[in-house]
Amino acid sequence: MKKPVYLDYQATTPCDPRVVETMLPYFTEKFGNAHSVTHSYGWEAEEAVELAREQIAELIGAEAKEIIFTSGATEANNLAIKGLARVYGERKKHVVTMATEHKCVLESAKRLEESGFTVTVLGVGPDGLVDLDELAAAITDETLLVSVMAVNNEIGVIQPLAEIGALCRSRKVFFHSDGAQAVGKIPLDVNALNLDLLSLSGHKIYGPKGVGALYVRRRPRVHLAPEMDGGGQERGLRSGTLATPLIVGFGEACRLAGLEMDEEAKRLRRLRDRLYQGIAGRLEGVTLNGHPDRRIPGNLNLSFAWVEGDRLLRDLTEIAVSTGSACSAATLEPSYVLRALGLNSELAHASLRIGLGRFTTEEEVDFAVETIVGTVNRQREQSPLWAMRREGSALVDR
Amino acid sequence: MTYLDYNATAPLRDAVFAAMAEVMRQPGNPSSVHRSGRQARRHVEEARDIVAAAVGAAPAGVIFTSGGTEANNLALSAFPGRRVLASAVEHPSILKGKIDDVVPVDRHGVIDLVALDERLSADKTPALLALMLANNETGVVQPVAEAAALAHRYGALVHGDAIQALGKRPVDIAALGLDSLSLSAHKIGGPQGVGALVLADTDADLVPLLVGGGQERRHRAGTENVAGITGFGAAVADLGDIEAEAARLAALRERIERAALDNLPGVTLFGRKVARLPNTSCLALPKVPAQTLLMALDLAGFAVSAGSACSSGKLAPSSVLLAMGETALAGSAIRISLGWATEDQDIDSFIDKFVAIGQRLVREHQAA
Repeated sequence: MKKPVYLDYQATTPCDPRVVETMLPYFTEKFGNAHSVTHSYGWEAEEAVELAREQIAELIGAEAKEIIFTSGATEANNLAIKGLARVYGERKKHVVTMATEHKCVLESAKRLEESGFTVTVLGVGPDGLVDLDELAAAITDETLLVSVMAVNNEIGVIQPLAEIGALCRSRKVFFHSDGAQAVGKIPLDVNALNLDLLSLSGHKIYGPKGVGALYVRRRPRVHLAPEMDGGGQERGLRSGTLATPLIVGFGEACRLAGLEMDEEAKRLRRLRDRLYQGIAGRLEGVTLNGHPDRRIPGNLNLSFAWVEGDRLLRDLTEIAVSTGSACSAATLEPSYVLRALGLNSELAHASLRIGLGRFTTEEEVDFAVETIVGTVNRQREQSPLWAMRREGSALVDR
Repeated sequence: MTYLDYNATAPLRDAVFAAMAEVMRQPGNPSSVHRSGRQARRHVEEARDIVAAAVGAAPAGVIFTSGGTEANNLALSAFPGRRVLASAVEHPSILKGKIDDVVPVDRHGVIDLVALDERLSADKTPALLALMLANNETGVVQPVAEAAALAHRYGALVHGDAIQALGKRPVDIAALGLDSLSLSAHKIGGPQGVGALVLADTDADLVPLLVGGGQERRHRAGTENVAGITGFGAAVADLGDIEAEAARLAALRERIERAALDNLPGVTLFGRKVARLPNTSCLALPKVPAQTLLMALDLAGFAVSAGSACSSGKLAPSSVLLAMGETALAGSAIRISLGWATEDQDIDSFIDKFVAIGQRLVREHQAA
């Protein structure tokens, strides 16, 4: 067992060795620029890019032409939200999104606000799910876009995309979803879900970092203004030399995810339940954040009463877990996602996001249980609040 | 197949491959605070130090991007409210952006400094000048230091596109007097999908293009491409003695151009009379369409190109040559570009085939 045991699969995943193998020739002998039209190095690269485009499209029930490659999900989300607003913003100036979205969605929406848009940020229930009635009520004649993530990056809950998609379609509003944590983990079909725009990431599904994609519906057509001008690649929507090896790796990662999703989900669910029961069965004061069932199998988010969050993470040196999303990890502010569920700042602090994935073993899970239970117990032993509780103090139990 | 299209992309250096292969297998998001994350962060910061040192900048001035196009786009959008000037031969990642005024070049492709002065003085709005260090199609080197000094007298900011110059000429942000410069990894034998915008002023308050998780000191959101950035650093570290490499490539190019001048009557060599990158040769055979020459060379086993590799589809006449006033030859120009893995034998066999093919095509097209 390699330590620290990596249990932060929502932050990033290791590249699958099969993905690495597939990419390697495109780093070495097949190094051409996919946009070189005058020689076979270019053609070879272009062919590989187009195969990857098909593999990615197939995973989400799209057509290859509907896939626009980007440098990652952040860029895809920026392009979807800001790019749509720049085309249609003259007519409709209202966007609906959710408090627990990834920062890049919220920040993109903020950019729109600065340029005269109104942005409605919906809250979520204590289970992390959006309220469909509230969403329906938020949509007006002015609404251009609803952007609701498929799966939350911190608590793993799956939003009711089919219902949201049907609602958006009936109200003639564009529907974008940040699918970075969902694609390849749960079945997603852009047509069944009425998605107009879906953001994808390579490195969250055992592909490489530095590559992602945006699904852009063609029928009925969704128009976007590019974020980057230049050579006019990706049908003018995203200029810049395509990173062929990364795209090849992303395609292979999607192919593997499509083949192995069901089996992997079963295995991860078993491991996750073992992890949860191991911890919650031996510790009191443990809360599971997010809906207990409507969540991806590879995520647990737990709050621990009567411990200090900073100390908890600091003492867990043998396992790599996080308190919230990696992006804001360095700030050590309590997770805004957990705060949106209604957790107080203290409890939000004392929370762990534990991400399991393709290479997680039962041995690692058991080790994580031992480590977390041991660390929490040790810290509680030193906590006056815990001592008071054990003495049955009314102050704490009240 | 002999690859002579290094200005489109360069084969990955062995040292880069080794460095990336190791990092690619490690998990770790540089923003995570645990050990895996900190290890990833270390790789990114080591590469930042290397890239910064190579262009005489402070590490805090280096913003990693998804490539040169993003770096150029960020350079133009980072300082809103400025009037944007660009030379007529800039890369499309500059020229297709919001440009307020295009500064002409002379027939060699060199920016017209008098015209630049006029445009700078014509309007009191603070300007931003985008000027490439060297052109991707002709290799022609711009007088960036002079242009920057001139522009600064008018309070303008100056951005230098150093994407083709890196590794082939000295690139020093302070010596050139630039406020920012853009770099791309894959043009120097690093990986595709990585580049950087380098700022002279590390405290510059810029408006990001991509917003989100606040990476790259809030200048560029998105999980860092750790393996790619590591590869970028390794490629820069592997550049070696730039002057010696430039001399080697210049000698190889001279053999090609000498052979062309001696054996292909009517050949035009663009930019030969001015300062050029040592690795690039842009030439045209009279009346022979670029497409015809390229296909013949491809069949003979040589990968070269016409103009830039960007927009897909059919070949349009080179806009760079059009800007130089070469209307008649713009549809005939091809670009031969050499690089780190080009060897003497490659050039020997290229000259053989190129001369034979060129003579045949010139004959055929003159008869027609």
